[in-house]
Amino acid sequence: MTTATAAAEIVPDKKAKRKRLALVASKGTLDQAYPPLILAATAASLGWEVGIYFTFYGLDILHKDRFDKLKVASLANPAGPLKVPNLLGAIPGATAAATAVMKKWMKKANMPTIAEFIEMTQALDVTFFACSTTMGVMGVEESDLIQGCDIAGAAAFLDFAAEADVQLFV
Amino acid sequence: MTNPQLSVADTLDTSGLLCPLPVYKAAMALKRLEAGEVLELICTDPGSLADIPALARQRGDILRGVEEREATQVFWIEKGPQP
Repeated sequence: MTTATAAAEIVPDKKAKRKRLALVASKGTLDQAYPPLILAATAASLGWEVGIYFTFYGLDILHKDRFDKLKVASLANPAGPLKVPNLLGAIPGATAAATAVMKKWMKKANMPTIAEFIEMTQALDVTFFACSTTMGVMGVEESDLIQGCDIAGAAAFLDFAAEADVQLFV
Repeated sequence: MTNPQLSVADTLDTSGLLCPLPVYKAAMALKRLEAGEVLELICTDPGSLADIPALARQRGDILRGVEEREATQVFWIEKGPQP
């Protein structure tokens, strides 16, 4: 191997494509809002380009009156924070109690809130796709969403996801 | 906690923080450095032993050293020539 070849090999490839992560966030509970935001914050920290498609209940994560009020389901959630018989999950206040426990866990572990994760990921230029069909079905207007969302249908998201190195559905 | 072999440009202590915060904060600190400068990173998240090498590999930085001290890990990351 000549010196020239060796030198050529360590020159960063300016044309090398940035890695891309395409996520679908389809759940609107507090516990399920965390994973896509954590993955997005991590991938963006690694230098990747990231887009999240918020669809169905996941759109609540972009809803400016709702993202700070997401809750943990107390029913049909055996791994949830309330360790009580499932039927008791139906009593009034159970959802609020399960939510409070999870928020306490997160705070104790120094984990950012959903609002803080939204701020972090937006600062890292993560693209937030707001599903236009969900907006139509659930009566959500553009003015109901936080700043900086791209309203898009499935085709636009798939166009972004087709070029992604990693695609995940949450 | 110093590495006598390296001149450290910045030190970041993420003790008590869990994934993704050590990676996120390390990336933010590395962005502020020039290529070739070294970040000393202190972590207590046990996942960091796998995560920080992955961060360096993905960003194109060079992991110059790792030291485990009881529940603490110290990493020395040299910022690579990435854009």
